[in-house]
Amino acid sequence: MLSYIVRRLLATIPVMAVVALFVFSLLYVAPGDPAAVIAGDQASPEDVARIRQSLGLDRPFLIRFGEWVWQILHGDLGTSIFTNLPVTTMMVQRFEPTLSLMAITLCLSVSIAVPIGVLAAWKVGTWIDRAVMAFAVLGFSVPVFVIGYLLAYVFALELEWLPVQGYTPLSEGVWPWLENLILPAIALGCVYSALIARITRAAMLEVLQQDYIRTARAKGMGQTAILFVHALKNASVPIVTVIGIGIALLIGGAVVTESVFAIPGLGRLTVDAILRRDYPLIQGIVLLFSFVYVLVNLLIDLLYTLLDPRIRY
Amino acid sequence: MSAHSITSAPPGVAVAPEMPDLLPAVKLRGGVLGFLRRHPTIAVGGALVIAMMLMALLAPYLGTVDPTALATARRTRAPSAENWFGTDMLGRDIYSRVVYGTRISLTIGFSVALIASSIGLAIGLVSGFVRWADGIIMRIMDGMMSIPPILLAIALMALTHGSVGNVITAITLAEIPRVSRLVRSVVLSLREQPYVDAAVAAGTRTPMIILRHILPNTLPPMTVQATYICAGAMIVEAILSFIGAGTPPIIPSWGNIMAEGRALWQVKPFIVFFPAVFLSVTVLAVNLLGDGLRDALDPRLAKGL
Repeated sequence: MLSYIVRRLLATIPVMAVVALFVFSLLYVAPGDPAAVIAGDQASPEDVARIRQSLGLDRPFLIRFGEWVWQILHGDLGTSIFTNLPVTTMMVQRFEPTLSLMAITLCLSVSIAVPIGVLAAWKVGTWIDRAVMAFAVLGFSVPVFVIGYLLAYVFALELEWLPVQGYTPLSEGVWPWLENLILPAIALGCVYSALIARITRAAMLEVLQQDYIRTARAKGMGQTAILFVHALKNASVPIVTVIGIGIALLIGGAVVTESVFAIPGLGRLTVDAILRRDYPLIQGIVLLFSFVYVLVNLLIDLLYTLLDPRIRY
Repeated sequence: MSAHSITSAPPGVAVAPEMPDLLPAVKLRGGVLGFLRRHPTIAVGGALVIAMMLMALLAPYLGTVDPTALATARRTRAPSAENWFGTDMLGRDIYSRVVYGTRISLTIGFSVALIASSIGLAIGLVSGFVRWADGIIMRIMDGMMSIPPILLAIALMALTHGSVGNVITAITLAEIPRVSRLVRSVVLSLREQPYVDAAVAAGTRTPMIILRHILPNTLPPMTVQATYICAGAMIVEAILSFIGAGTPPIIPSWGNIMAEGRALWQVKPFIVFFPAVFLSVTVLAVNLLGDGLRDALDPRLAKGL
């Protein structure tokens, strides 16, 4: 087991290396002159030259890439072109809102999507099943910002139950913090829940046909116990896998959700960075999010042994 | 031709009938109508997609005016008989902009689906057949797949000028790894099939095996995947345009109309509402089509999902 963990940890190194190489080489393969694009239309030739120098575009690719990787390994993600602050400082300031939003969305989505997926599999073919599947297709089809505006319009503007926009740090109380994140979390969680519900239903349908489920029924076990103890436990591997893979949806969706609900998190920072074409900042954010994504999926891989004793390393 | 070669064989010697160059078309039970009745999602999704395509093609004849024509005298008017969906901040007719926006969304959706599938197919085939390349290609794909697709597109768009072509490139790049993985997995499982072994044993050369045995079997899952990519690409385009990193604001795309209505959404919600409905319905239609095709083309995959 320990050797497996070490091997898996080592296997993430080439993946992150490819991510870094990819994000870095975009500067070189992007059509046109990135320095000129970043500087903007009104920039003087001196501005363009200064940006080209600060991005290291005037030096050979491999040397520059080596330096850049060396800096990252020392925790230095470079300096923002726009604010001249270190990228890491800017990201740390925006960490809490995004982490809060994602944590709440994750809890909310899993606690809703898994039960409705189980229910749909149990009541397969009935109107409940069809309603869950309809929700799943809709969740995939309606863009996150559309759901966001719809929720904000109904529950914040018309009914005035919740605040329209903004964010309050957790240090100022749990309710003010939560209050601002409920609508964004529902909006962001729609696609994610749709995905989880669909996979839960499929995995449960498969498990419910197994002999041990029939045995459990035959010995007179209660329906709830069969569903949630016997079946769900055995269906958990694909469900947990998709919860991990779906983190990518959450990350992408957070960029938009934070813009709709004016949450000052990493997503907003990304949007500001694009509008100012602050590429070092974008590089830093992409690297951070990819790293988180790889790490979460590594943890989930290791979780398999706990969920399914048949899987041994 | 094949009949001739069989009759000309000497008596007592069996000659295998020649294979047709292309696989015979699948006969539909009960004709097209019967097929559509058995797969209502294809009927509904397909009809909606065709309607949207017609709208894109016939945009100038659907009671629209120039979608970029400014009329500063009547800005942000609510929907009326004159401006069916109202007017935006610059007095442009939202109905016309939404109808013309269909062109952008469909172009981007279809282009991304087509290009990503073709490149992904090529990479997947190489990866599935060339052992030494497989390891390298898959590590690269793993790396690309660890970048959340929207962020990858954002990073690329930050470095280039906004244009429809660049948006297509950015979204395509993010989708290629998933198609490659799908094709590779199909190739790897097909290579173990007895009929492929038989073809190899009979001395069939690799290009012919790919053409006759591998490609026809990758097409059904790829078609399904391509429809989902198309739906996803339309959403990503809207998201990119919405945050200001997509198609240039001058082009009326649904994402751009919503981006312009963003500042006013609390007082003039109709500016965001109409493009949002059109986008959602179109994506829904393509997704329904994808679900229907999956059920029809790949019953094994469809099991339970």
